[in-house]
Amino acid sequence: MNASLVKRTLAAVAAVGALATGMGAAQAEDVKVGFVYVGPIGDHGWSYRHDIGRQAIEAELGDAASTSYVESVPEGADAERVIRQMAQTGHNLIFTTSFGYMNPTEKVAKQFPNVKFEHATGYKRADNLSTYAARFYEGRYVAGVIAGKMTKSNVVGYVGSFPIPEVVRGINSFMMGAWSVNPDVEVKVVWANTWYDPGKEGDAAKALIDQGADIMVQHTDSPAPLQVAENRGVLGFGQASDMIKFAPKAQLTAIVDNWDSYYVARAKAVADGTWESMDTWGGIDTGMVEMAPYTNMPDDVKALAEETAAKIASGEFHPFTGPIYDQAGELRVAEGEVADDGMLLGMDWYIQGIDAELPK
Amino acid sequence: MEWIVPFILTVITASTPLLLAATGELVTEKSGVLNLGVEGMMLVGAIAGFAVTASSGSATLGILAAVVAGTLMSLIFAFLTLTLMANQVATGLALTIFGVGFSALVGSGFVGFAIEPLPGLSIPGISAIPIVGPILFGQDFLVYLSIAAVIGVGWFLAKSRAGLVLKAVGDSHHSAHAIGYSVIKIRYLATMFGGAMAGLGGAYLSLSYTPMWAENMTAGRGWIALALVVFATWRPGRLVAGAYMFGLISVMQLHAQGAGIHVPSQFMSMLPYLATVIVLVIISSDRAKIRLNAPACIGQAFRAAQ
Repeated sequence: MNASLVKRTLAAVAAVGALATGMGAAQAEDVKVGFVYVGPIGDHGWSYRHDIGRQAIEAELGDAASTSYVESVPEGADAERVIRQMAQTGHNLIFTTSFGYMNPTEKVAKQFPNVKFEHATGYKRADNLSTYAARFYEGRYVAGVIAGKMTKSNVVGYVGSFPIPEVVRGINSFMMGAWSVNPDVEVKVVWANTWYDPGKEGDAAKALIDQGADIMVQHTDSPAPLQVAENRGVLGFGQASDMIKFAPKAQLTAIVDNWDSYYVARAKAVADGTWESMDTWGGIDTGMVEMAPYTNMPDDVKALAEETAAKIASGEFHPFTGPIYDQAGELRVAEGEVADDGMLLGMDWYIQGIDAELPK
Repeated sequence: MEWIVPFILTVITASTPLLLAATGELVTEKSGVLNLGVEGMMLVGAIAGFAVTASSGSATLGILAAVVAGTLMSLIFAFLTLTLMANQVATGLALTIFGVGFSALVGSGFVGFAIEPLPGLSIPGISAIPIVGPILFGQDFLVYLSIAAVIGVGWFLAKSRAGLVLKAVGDSHHSAHAIGYSVIKIRYLATMFGGAMAGLGGAYLSLSYTPMWAENMTAGRGWIALALVVFATWRPGRLVAGAYMFGLISVMQLHAQGAGIHVPSQFMSMLPYLATVIVLVIISSDRAKIRLNAPACIGQAFRAAQ
């Protein structure tokens, strides 16, 4: 469609412009950190939270580090150019913050063995290429517990983006949380086929509420579904960042991405020469997944939510503890065992009890 | 059947921004000007409306600001294409790119602001009538305006003298010029009307549809509005049908999913565009019937001395 073409052209032009200005101010310093964002930092979601992490590096390391970023970089050939440009201009630590940057990051990492690379949500590693991601499903389990307690109609509306493992895993985890306190909860899922279209996300939320949902969950990036919940007088959860401003009466909590401590630690590691290639998948325990303040719920539900989050953080409880069956009735995780990370990362099936068909 | 009223209400909100922007573009195109900058004008209208409403607390001022902002955007386009005679397609695309970036720049300070949505009409007794009340008498101002505007434009083009002149300019600018009409002035006015309506369409998004500012929040609706004008073969009545059909399809597929009816949502999203392509094919093949409505001089620069 024309719009996407224009968007890409625009992003490419913006990327080159931002590089030109961002790099010009560069000085010789200990650690020079570059960030590549897939969206605008004003999205109030994914890219916004990564940029908060970048600011944490500046605040923590002060003069010992400098940072720069390029926003709205399309996943593809443009990304490779932007990443290479960063590597060529003296950055010694580069974070590429979207799944689609995986291959370009790997390619550039090979050409610049002395530069450290960190790729979010991917699985390709090298001596100078780390990967990192967050276990958002832990937060979704906690949200599920709250929803199970708070729903009156026993119908939860879920606005999904695309049926990829990250989203499917979230739905499964959420429902296991809900069923742990209320076996009668039913979930209705609407796929918006977009990460970001406030109007469409809002319409999806309206459709779900019209069909009886009194709790709104979303895995898309704008605050629109939560805002619809607020206007229609039902409850909901924020996504990626605390969205309480959009829904002071509706937001129960939000699953917040918090990259601050990870980014600071990695920048420090480069500064003192201890950086090593590794794979990090942090959850509530590492602070990467953070729950926004619990609001609009009675104290006992709040206490239960806090307890659940604490149990997950301490490792006492894993949301994907067996027995877990899929929709066909096949046992996927045996009783007493927990799903391994490989299964979680490739999850393309609904658990038993979800009355919906997963689009292929 | 209790879902039917909220369903219709959702369809109306999904259709209104398209109808507002497309009505303006229809008038612009009828005068022979093709402005592809609708998306950019909508975005600038959206941020202007939101910023002024959030700062002043008055939605009325916000709506006015959106109209002014959309008009100013269209004036940039008009100056480049009508006065300087730049290529309309290229200028329109540039206007969209400019609008996306400019609105994001201005709007960066307004991310995360929350405002009250536009209030709906409330007539004691009447707005409370089941079914008819909320649908016909419970909408916000811009919804009624979108309907009034399209009726007004229909009357203007079909019945008024000024409308006939506008169409004459769009169909044969040299003839219109020869009998003494100011082609450039008329095209300026038509382009400004298009900008004002696109600004209103944007304001509807940021003030009523999803009352917030988010970068690129039109998400392609300006392009859909452009497609609708072609789909409607430049006829206001069909424009209403097209805009509401588009709203209906996009909302219906979301409802179908929620109800567990499995329709490939990508297929539904594709339908309106498919319809537009089919209409384009018909226009190209059946000159006599449908081309009657298409402005013959669309996209052509006008030079008085030839």
